[in-house]
Amino acid sequence: MPDAYEAFTSAVIPLPKENVDTDQIVPARYLKVTDKEGLADALFRDWRFEADGGLKEPTFILDKPQMYGRRILLAGDNFGCGSSREHAPWALVAWGIRAVITTSCADIFRGNALKNGLLPIVVEHERHRQLFELVAREPDVELTVDLASQVVHLPGDEDLPFDVDPFSKLMLLEGTDELGYLLGKAPSIEAWEAAHPPRVDTREHTGTSA
Amino acid sequence: MAGQRTLVDKIWDDHVVAEDAGAPSVLAIDLHLVHEVTSPQAFTGLRRRGLKVRHPERTVATADHSVPTTPRNLPILDELAAAQVAQLETNCREFGIPLHGLGSPSQGIVHVIGPQLGLTQPGMTIVCGDSHTSTHGAFGALAFGIGTSEVEMVLATQCLLQRRPKTYEVRIDGRLAPGVSAKDVILALLARIGVAGGTGHVFEYRGGAIEALSMDQRMTICNMSIEGGARAGLVAPDDTTFEYLAGREHAPEGAAWDSAVARWRSLPTDDGAAFDRSVTIDASALEPMITYGTNPGMGLPISARVPDPDAAGDDSRRRGLEQALSYMDLQPGQPLLGQKVDVVFIGSCTNGRISDLRLAAAALKGRRIADGVRLMVVPGSDEVKREAEREGLDEIFRSAGGDWREAGCSMCIAMNGDQLSPGQYAVSTSNRNFEGRQGKGGRTFLASPLTAAASAVAGAIADPRLLPGIETLAAVGGR
Repeated sequence: MPDAYEAFTSAVIPLPKENVDTDQIVPARYLKVTDKEGLADALFRDWRFEADGGLKEPTFILDKPQMYGRRILLAGDNFGCGSSREHAPWALVAWGIRAVITTSCADIFRGNALKNGLLPIVVEHERHRQLFELVAREPDVELTVDLASQVVHLPGDEDLPFDVDPFSKLMLLEGTDELGYLLGKAPSIEAWEAAHPPRVDTREHTGTSA
Repeated sequence: MAGQRTLVDKIWDDHVVAEDAGAPSVLAIDLHLVHEVTSPQAFTGLRRRGLKVRHPERTVATADHSVPTTPRNLPILDELAAAQVAQLETNCREFGIPLHGLGSPSQGIVHVIGPQLGLTQPGMTIVCGDSHTSTHGAFGALAFGIGTSEVEMVLATQCLLQRRPKTYEVRIDGRLAPGVSAKDVILALLARIGVAGGTGHVFEYRGGAIEALSMDQRMTICNMSIEGGARAGLVAPDDTTFEYLAGREHAPEGAAWDSAVARWRSLPTDDGAAFDRSVTIDASALEPMITYGTNPGMGLPISARVPDPDAAGDDSRRRGLEQALSYMDLQPGQPLLGQKVDVVFIGSCTNGRISDLRLAAAALKGRRIADGVRLMVVPGSDEVKREAEREGLDEIFRSAGGDWREAGCSMCIAMNGDQLSPGQYAVSTSNRNFEGRQGKGGRTFLASPLTAAASAVAGAIADPRLLPGIETLAAVGGR
């Protein structure tokens, strides 16, 4: 269960790529784990490392020393497309990333991220472009992500508001998870099941396979 | 209830358990498919909270992603993969979940065995920790991929928290030309709308060309809905659907069958029901399709030339195209036909069913693959493998110089040792051409089984319409 999501201030890791798929975020060969440990090492693995394990030249953005400790990833359109692997947000969070700013997130990734204390912040294309310009101009510029007021504070007095699903927001701010909510729905679930016979029994073999 | 409803609306309305103001709907799940890769942490979560699986009899598991496709009497050499498969076996035993594991005659890719066992039925809600769960939408089921946290929720409560998706009508009219198949239809859609075109939506595939397709072909199309950003893609159930289901192991029988069919006939979208978005594609204008880039939306008619990044319009698109062509080591303006290939992979949840293998075999019969090409044919399930062997397809693949393997996801996701070497080119019937998807540094051209088979013979990307007897080949397939 993630900790309560509190406002934080951080510089930005710029990743100006569109359609970053979850195979890039965590390559499939790192999905053989049965826990969530060690995934920070797998993050963007094939963009960071040569086959022999040495860092690529030029160094991928994540491994530039000035990027260490940064918690905001500024990424291109359609971040997190492809596979449903929750290892992708697990790896981003293990690295220390707490927010991804983009123009759109893939549906499954967005849901997975929100369940793991990783906030997808979707902004309009023009604001997105301005953010990349800002970071290009001032690479160490710090932004403050304030989920409670749904605003990213930019330098000066500028605020960038963003939308978030109200239920997900509540879960994040309280550091609670959806399973607890669902378990609390047991009476409704029982009532629904009493009125709806099961569609299949996976254990029962009724005939021969065609 | 007033108003016309879509197929998705009807399934959704049937499964809403509860709705609190401000919260997503609690949606009941009829069938939960489980595999070894995305489930271990969910079972760990259950143990930590002292929870049981609410409905093990609505849950079914198989091992497909990390399993070798070498003979089954050999051990799993990869220790991590072996541990993961063993963990699945332990979890299923402990929580009472039926497992079609390694060595079982019903083992296979989760999206191949669900339909094959008759577990996938119209009107159901179906989930799996796997984005290609959209495959099951071919039966008129609302089927979508979920993350591991959601796997845990479904195990514990048989429910999920979901917002109602928007609907996207994908109308495919006209008739497919010989040599053009379901895979080409979905690749053409993706090339048209892009990999984020369906985000936030569920596709409903409709129109004469869809109605004319077999269930296997409908599954190929629904399978790749996620490649267009849509979590699910559905086809209304019809006689083709019922004919496929009748007599399957878990399909209803007798009076239960009759009442099920009556219920299923009420599912199709009402005349006049509104979709949030719509797109129309003329099937008769389609050529065989092939991808050239590093996402499934980067596809072209096979006779086309690689696009020029300088003509891409905006900067970010140009950069994306440049990166893709650099990774693929392709030049703007070069033809795709004739591009040398090293490996041809036929299989996956997209194109690893019996009709796919029949098509590929028909194209390969009496021919040899080109020198230096490796052809790997991986059946989608053990049952598909047995059927193919009954029909002698394995012999055709072997005689052509191909490698006939055991069932699994194999080189589609390259977790099990079946993979490309850096720099190699593959024509693949799978679903993703992402960088490194089929092995670090490997380069993937996505295409149909016919295009894959034709390319294996040529040793280069080849147009399946030039295969001798293509008019009759297109009729090969079956239900």
